[in-house]
Amino acid sequence: MLISVKNLKKDFKDGDMVTHVLRDIDFDIPKGEFVSIMGPSGSGKSTLMHILGFLDKPSSGKYIFEGNDVSDLSDTELARMRNQKVGFVFQSFNLLNRMTVLENVMLPLVYSKAFKGDKEERAKEILDQMGLSHRLEYLPNNISGGEKQRVAIARALVNNPEVIFADEPTGNLDSKSGFQVMKILQDLNNQGNTIILVTHEKITAEYASRIITIKDGVITDDSSVIKRQIASENEELIK
Amino acid sequence: MVFRDSIIASIKMIAKNKMQSFLTMLGIVIGIMAVIIVMSLGASAQEFILGQIKSYGSNLIAILPGSSDDSGAPASAFGIITTSLKNKDIEDIINLHNPHIEGVSMYVKGSDVLSRNDKSLGVTFYGTTANYPEIENSELEKGRFFDSGEVDSNLAVVVLGSKVADELFGDDNPLGQKIKIKKSNFTIIGVLKSKGGNFIQDQDSQIFVPLKTAQNILLGINYIDFSRLRVDKTENIDIVREEIVGILRDNHNIDSGEKDDFSVRSVAQALEVISSVTDMLKFFLVAVSAISLIVGGFGIMNIMLAIIQERIKEIGLRKALGATSMDIVWQFLLETITITFISGVIGILLGILISFIAAQIIVALGYSWTFVISYDGILLGSMVSIFIGIIFGILPAFRASKLDPIEALRYE
Repeated sequence: MLISVKNLKKDFKDGDMVTHVLRDIDFDIPKGEFVSIMGPSGSGKSTLMHILGFLDKPSSGKYIFEGNDVSDLSDTELARMRNQKVGFVFQSFNLLNRMTVLENVMLPLVYSKAFKGDKEERAKEILDQMGLSHRLEYLPNNISGGEKQRVAIARALVNNPEVIFADEPTGNLDSKSGFQVMKILQDLNNQGNTIILVTHEKITAEYASRIITIKDGVITDDSSVIKRQIASENEELIK
Repeated sequence: MVFRDSIIASIKMIAKNKMQSFLTMLGIVIGIMAVIIVMSLGASAQEFILGQIKSYGSNLIAILPGSSDDSGAPASAFGIITTSLKNKDIEDIINLHNPHIEGVSMYVKGSDVLSRNDKSLGVTFYGTTANYPEIENSELEKGRFFDSGEVDSNLAVVVLGSKVADELFGDDNPLGQKIKIKKSNFTIIGVLKSKGGNFIQDQDSQIFVPLKTAQNILLGINYIDFSRLRVDKTENIDIVREEIVGILRDNHNIDSGEKDDFSVRSVAQALEVISSVTDMLKFFLVAVSAISLIVGGFGIMNIMLAIIQERIKEIGLRKALGATSMDIVWQFLLETITITFISGVIGILLGILISFIAAQIIVALGYSWTFVISYDGILLGSMVSIFIGIIFGILPAFRASKLDPIEALRYE
C-alpha cells in the first residue's frame, strides 16, 4: 500500500477555541490509483491534502507512507519527503515569474540531494513530454494559462515522485485547457503514476477512478466511479 | 546551484528595481568608498611624511638637552631653552673615534631680520659645525661651506639657504657680499642648493654661520641646542646610542637610577612613532566611515525584509518543492551578501577613482604626492561588505525560513 491513513485527526487551536478540521479519517490508496478527494470549501479536503503531501502534520492518528510511519517527521525530513516523494500541481500554477520555464521545472532538482544526473537534461526531457520544448526560455508571464499548468505538471514530475497532488488544477483554466490538463493527468495515471486530485466539483472528481467525499472533516463517502470521465473523448479536444 | 540561483536572483532584482536598489546600496557604497579614500589618502600621506623624514637618512641620531620619555618629545622641541648640553659633551663623543660614527654636527639657533637694499627678510640662523653638509645630505649651489678652522677661529662668514639668497639677491651674485646679522658684518661664502621645504625644517629659508661664531658673537651662550650624528648602518644605531648615553650621564654626573637630563633620538625611532600616529589616525578615520556602513546595513536589512514580504508566496512554493529552512536561510543570506558585495565593489571603484583624482589635484598643487592604491583597503572593503551582508542579512533570512509553507502559499 502506498498510502495508509488510520484514525487521522487534525485540530486547529485558536486561543481556547479548538476546531476539529479532520476526524476519524481512514483510507488506503494503493500505488497507481487515481483518487479524487471531493468536498465543499471548508470541508477539510485541503488540510487532508497538506497532511498527505507532507506540508502539515496530523494532530493524532497514523499516516503510513510506503510502509513507514510518517505522522511525526521533523521539518527537514518533511522537506525531503516533499522533494523526493510528492509533486504538487496548484490551482494558481505558482510558477516563479522571474525564472524561465526551464528554470522553474529545474527548481525541485535544486533542492534534491538524491538527484545525480544532469538537471537541465532531465527538465528538458519532462518539458518535451508536456509538449513545451518550444517554450524553454520563456518567462511564465509570456505563455498561456494551459501552458503554465503544463509547466507546473512538468515541475511536479521532474523528481519522479511516488504521488502527484493536483489541487483544483483546472480552476483557473478555460474549459479546453482544463480538458487538456485532465487528459495529461489521466495519461500519467495510465502510465502508472498515483494521482490524488482535490476538487469541489463532482464532474472534475469523476475523472478519477475513485472519489473520497469529505464533509465537515469526516469522510461521508468512499466509492469507485461508475461512469468515469475520459478527457481524451471530450468533444472540445477532438474537434 | 542554490548559490548560483541566489546570486542571479539578486542581480536580476537589482537590475529590475534600479532606483530602489541604488538607494538601498548607497549607504554601503558611500561607507566603503570612504574607507577606501581614507586608507588610500592615508597611505599616501604616510608615505609623504615618512619620505620627508627619510630624506634626512634613517641613520641619524639626534641629541637634545632635557629628558623625555620614549614616546614624547623633549622639552626643547616645544621651544623651552635647556642649557645642559655643552660643546664638551659632543666633543667627548667625537673623541671616542667610534668606527660606527661617521660624523657629528652641533647646532645653535637664533633668528634675526636680514636686510639688503630695501628688502628685509626674517630668517632662522644656525650656528653649526663644518660637517653640516655631510650630516644633512646638503649640497652647495655655489661657493663653499665653512671649514673647521673657520669654526674654531670665530670667523664671520655665512652660507645662505637658496630661498634667502633668491629673495635678497635675486639675480645678483651673493658670494663675497657682506650682510649684517645681529649688527655684525658677515661675508657670504656659499649658497646651498634648494632642498624643498618640509614640516620639520626648511633649509632653503635658513642661513648658517660657524658654531663658535654664533655661540660667542651672536648669542653669547656656552651650550648647544642639539647635535646630530650620522651612523654607518641602521643596525648600529642602538650600540652608538648606548655609548652616547653613557658618556653624557658621566659628564652630567647622573647617578644610576636617576633620569637622563638629555634625549637621544634616532630618525628610525621617530619614523616608528610617526608611523604609529598616522596609523592610528587612519584607523580612527576608518572607524568614522564604519558608522556610515552600519547605517547602510540597516537600510539593507529593511529592504530585505520588504523583499521577503513581496516574495512570501515564492518562499512557500520553494518549501513545498522541498527546500528546507536552511536552504531558505542560505538563499536570502546569499542574496543580501550579493547586494552588499556589489555595493562594496562599486564603493571600492569609486574610492579608488576619487583618491586618484585627489592625488592628481595635490600633485598639481606642487606637492610630491604619490597615488597609492591601498590593497589593505580593498581587502578590508570587500570583507567588510560581505560581513555586513551576513550581519544584516541573517535576521531577514531566518524570518523567511520560519514561514509556514501552507500560509505562505495561500498568501496573496
